Amino acid sequence: MAYSLGIDLGSTTSKAVILDEDEKIVGRGLTNTRSNYEVATALAQEEAVINARFHFLDRELEKSDLNGAAREDLFQRLENNFRLEQHLYRVDRLQETCLEAVEKAGADALREPARRALDAIFDECRREAIESFSLQRVDRSRFFRDIVGSHYMALAENLSGEALPYDFLMSIYDRSILKEENRSIGLAFDEALKAARRRTSEGLPHHRALLETVTDAILDRPLHLSSCVGTGYGRQRLPFPKEHIRSEILCHGLGAHYFFPATRTVLDIGGQDTKAIQIDERGVVTSFQMNDRCAAGCGRYLGYIADELNIGLHELGPLAMKSKRSVRITSTCTVFAGAELRDRLSLGDSREDILAGLHRAITLRAMSLLARSGGIENEFTFTGGVAKNAAAVKALRQLVQENYGERKLNIHPDSIYTGAVGAALYARRAQSSKLEP
Amino acid sequence: MAQAGISQQASVQKDDSMLRQKNMLSDYYRRVASAHEEGKKIVYTYVPGNLAELFLSFDLVPVYPEINSLQSGMRKKSARYIQAAEKIGHSEDVCSYVKSDIGMMLEGNIGPTGERIPEPDLLFLSYTGCFTFLKWFENLAQHYRAQMILLQTPYQGDGKITENMKRYMVRQLREEIIPQLESFSGKKFDEDRLREMLARSARAEEDLVAVLQSARHRPSPIDAYFGAVYYIAPIFTAFRGTQECVDYYASLRAEVEERVALGLGPVTPEGPLSQERYRLVIEGTQCWTHFREFWKMFYDEGAVAVASSYSKVGGLYDTGFRHDPNDPLGTLAQYCMGCYTNLNLPTRVELLEQYIREYQADGFLVNSIKSCNSFSAGQLLMLRELEKRTGKPGGFIESDLVDPRYFSAANIKTRLESYLQMIDQKRSGKVQ
Repeated sequence: MAYSLGIDLGSTTSKAVILDEDEKIVGRGLTNTRSNYEVATALAQEEAVINARFHFLDRELEKSDLNGAAREDLFQRLENNFRLEQHLYRVDRLQETCLEAVEKAGADALREPARRALDAIFDECRREAIESFSLQRVDRSRFFRDIVGSHYMALAENLSGEALPYDFLMSIYDRSILKEENRSIGLAFDEALKAARRRTSEGLPHHRALLETVTDAILDRPLHLSSCVGTGYGRQRLPFPKEHIRSEILCHGLGAHYFFPATRTVLDIGGQDTKAIQIDERGVVTSFQMNDRCAAGCGRYLGYIADELNIGLHELGPLAMKSKRSVRITSTCTVFAGAELRDRLSLGDSREDILAGLHRAITLRAMSLLARSGGIENEFTFTGGVAKNAAAVKALRQLVQENYGERKLNIHPDSIYTGAVGAALYARRAQSSKLEP
Repeated sequence: MAQAGISQQASVQKDDSMLRQKNMLSDYYRRVASAHEEGKKIVYTYVPGNLAELFLSFDLVPVYPEINSLQSGMRKKSARYIQAAEKIGHSEDVCSYVKSDIGMMLEGNIGPTGERIPEPDLLFLSYTGCFTFLKWFENLAQHYRAQMILLQTPYQGDGKITENMKRYMVRQLREEIIPQLESFSGKKFDEDRLREMLARSARAEEDLVAVLQSARHRPSPIDAYFGAVYYIAPIFTAFRGTQECVDYYASLRAEVEERVALGLGPVTPEGPLSQERYRLVIEGTQCWTHFREFWKMFYDEGAVAVASSYSKVGGLYDTGFRHDPNDPLGTLAQYCMGCYTNLNLPTRVELLEQYIREYQADGFLVNSIKSCNSFSAGQLLMLRELEKRTGKPGGFIESDLVDPRYFSAANIKTRLESYLQMIDQKRSGKVQ
């Protein structure tokens, strides 16, 4: 079987998708984009390969006589343990990097207390990881950096004092996490899987034989990726030859068509750009518009607002959904909107109502691009990180209804992978056309 | 319109005509700089509808503020000039040509050759389709305390030039403009001299049209948007009506015809283009601050402009108009009313549709200019209409004339590449 890889190197996250010969998705990978694009690409790809190999492992499990729920449970435990092994490996490696940084910092008096503090911090990271990775569902949207960072920060605050300044501990972390982020996962798939198998068998000795069978079927069988296409903002820096690179607009169009063949309009709101795309019945782009010099109305705008309110990005949507009466936000400029937000708060408007207004404001920007690209005549698909925000979706539905009447709005649970799917389809098709006589 | 050379490095590839043109323009700026010492008077005027022959027949030296601004843009000086103009109160939304010119004026009016451009003795406005032009000269009139003459050019609202419109303009020329120029220059109007110049204009125009229409060939021997900047510079400015101009276009035409015979593509700053992959019709003006970088995005992909509206801003000749020595004032009137931005939208759409078909273009691309309302208004509408009529994909890029703050390379590249890949798919009929 020949597999095709699509990579979408975005400004916030990097995505990878693997398709089989029937254009079925067998693997998805997601990581945060970092300064080293090659590492981001490699990691997204590595994640997708892992995902694909677990997909095959699941097929092996299907052959067993376990019932649905038990099978799912076993699969989940094995996968969680696999993630745990990887995570622990990286925690160890980060600790070493931190220790090296302490040595290099050259402050003799701080060395010993820092070492002790790091031991305590990383022991806690390991303990917490073992606990949280044993849960049924692990939140995949939290990256290594976020998980370890939050523990480190909290513990560093407790452990610091006159003998060991907080700032020193944090500077050690900042330097080390940067290094860690620009490394690949490091732990080989087979090695991690074997360790995960051991850990899983310990808790479920009666499944030991089954675990051996299903893992043996995929061990030593690396995935053969026979073609790849890259896209996204970082596409120029992807380690691919030029003919393996496609514009993200084409990829989003084709990806949306893959998920929803009847869709003719695609709206993608990403971290720093918004694209309104029209496609034909084959998924080919016929026209598009994107924001030009200003990123107001994109994902980063929401990030900025979340920072202003000192809350997490994912909390914005739910808060805005509680609004009773949306406040009219007039500014389309991110920085001005921040000022307007503070102004509104001081006038006594609730955060919920202001946030609802802000979501409407960014959606209005998208509406203008949609109109300029040719409007919405048919089924319509919303993609990109902002499509996960319920309040943005609500505002969009409302505005589409007001401007175009009843239209079907699609949002796929895998919508974040839309660009990568399009890229993988291009990879797959370029390859099949090459194979044709 | 740029002139080659002044803002470019020695390693850049040039046609002979480019070198020739470079020398012509350097000489011109020298003539401008020494005009006052030689007892000549300076007239500031604009490219669209400019009456070069009439000024030259009175021995006046025309200077074009937009050309000075675009020169400042190419020489990376416009950012500073724009800032200087904003400092004295011009808003961010004012046309960047205006601000660059005013900034240059405030900083001593040093032209592209390093010589000072003298102040105007007269401001002559012969194209009134752009309201900003009028306000620009009102600013200059106040600053220089210079006299202003206004020739009102009726807009082609109904898509045609009527006898009435022509009569109206001829009467203005005869009864107001020429007497004013006579008293200003101290010279009697010499109609025979004007006729001779108009005859020379027509000859050069004939050759220019042949050059622009050479792009009907495959591969096109010229780039009709970026490359055309060099071809249109003399005839759109102070050279029209001179023998120098006639000679330049004759040699340019010969050069282009030779390229056609040899089956060669256009010359880019990095040498001849080896493979023509996309044939585009481009609408809109130029982005001067990033002229070379912008052009490179096209030729790196093998994209060639086979026709453009920008190469018509100083005269629309390919639909048949030539200056007519037998009707000197009538022909000047028609010239002014016929410039591209004086056409209404349906006429512009028709013209572009004709280009897309005649030049066998793969698509139509708009470079929408933040600063320029008279060009940019209606461009999206035109794009949709052209897509509908021709079935060719349309693309939309945004930049600015000479304000570098409005050029976002990554964004423009994304749009352009997406657009070209769209053409690929459209052409191959395959999704790959």
